[in-house]
Amino acid sequence: MYDFELTRPTSLADAIKALGEEDAQPLSGGQTLVPTLRQRLAMPSTLVSLTGIEELKGIKNEGGTLTIGGATCHADVARDGTYPALSELAGLIGDPHVRNRGTIGGSIANNDPSACYPAAALGSGATIVTNNREVAADDFFTGMFETALDEGEIVTGVKFPVPEKAAYVKFEQPASRFALVGVFVSKGADGVRVAVTGASEGGVFRWSEAEDALSSNFSPDALDGLSVPADGMIGDMHGSPAYRAHLVGVLTKRAVAKAG
Amino acid sequence: MTDVTMTINGRAVSGAVEGRTLLSTFLRETAGLTGTHIGCDTAQCGACTVHVNGASMKSCTVFAQEADGAEVTTIEGMANADGSLNTIQQAFQDHHGLQCGFCTPGMVMTAAALLKENPKPSETEVRDYLKGNLCRCTGYHNIVKAIMAASGQDVSAIAAE
Repeated sequence: MYDFELTRPTSLADAIKALGEEDAQPLSGGQTLVPTLRQRLAMPSTLVSLTGIEELKGIKNEGGTLTIGGATCHADVARDGTYPALSELAGLIGDPHVRNRGTIGGSIANNDPSACYPAAALGSGATIVTNNREVAADDFFTGMFETALDEGEIVTGVKFPVPEKAAYVKFEQPASRFALVGVFVSKGADGVRVAVTGASEGGVFRWSEAEDALSSNFSPDALDGLSVPADGMIGDMHGSPAYRAHLVGVLTKRAVAKAG
Repeated sequence: MTDVTMTINGRAVSGAVEGRTLLSTFLRETAGLTGTHIGCDTAQCGACTVHVNGASMKSCTVFAQEADGAEVTTIEGMANADGSLNTIQQAFQDHHGLQCGFCTPGMVMTAAALLKENPKPSETEVRDYLKGNLCRCTGYHNIVKAIMAASGQDVSAIAAE
């Protein structure tokens, strides 16, 4: 491993200050970042560890909104169960060791195009809370590995409105455990949302045609004849763009059936 | 360099570490506990699995500074007080749950985490829990069998030797 400084603040204020230094990068659970550093795909000179900050951890349920601290690990979300579809999604990420270490804030901020949490946030109409503002999920995920976060800004929490119905269906890429394609569907006070991860070169996206169809009839049949174009879908050794586009339709139906 | 202290298998261990020093490196080089194996070094194989404050983690993805003050358990902390193999370790021996043995420390630590969470897992649950641990010798059947046996369940009907 190349040489760098690591600091481990115990308060958010100290972390933000440390992140103001030149070429400093936040480190949350490190399940993506540490292997990335090893391969020297990223080489920051200072890492600011967020895992020692207690105020960034924990899950609160207030008036139908679940607020999850940015440094809360996947295993804690999986065990919580207040929002069953979200807990199930968290329990399917990676493997048990990854779930004990990886965090929701890290996953949301990294916005891997095949990660699960971005689909839950976008598919639930969640609000991303940072150290200086709140951003709707619709405005937060701006492209593959890209978000609305500014330099030195971190995800301190995610607020999920708990919907009436929701489900996540993941077609797992068996080697990486990431979603080859994953679809998160919810039906709540603000209508139906369908969020797709793993498929598009632009990262997580809402399938608006499916949302319109499901708004009047929340059943798998409502999706008959609908499909997403293969253009712009990810193509790699695990699946062609056409295959991923096909999976989006199939998995959306399954997610609607599962949500009931 | 930063001084860190952690409790490893009940014993306090201190050392000066760099920012980049991984927990796996600290365990092997500072604490001298080489039972924690480094296989892939990219967080895929699980050979370096240890427990940090009771939760299983891949020690090659945790920096030593982040484990400052933590309770860490490694494979060296698994045997019974008299030095004999514990139930899980004995089951791995009895059921031929290892061949070359490289992945075994991680497998045993993972099995211990599983059985603490779920004392009587089904075969499917065992296989699911082992997703983060790779073995290139056994084909997993005997590892699964050993873990089922360690949980006190009858394994006569499970996959061939």
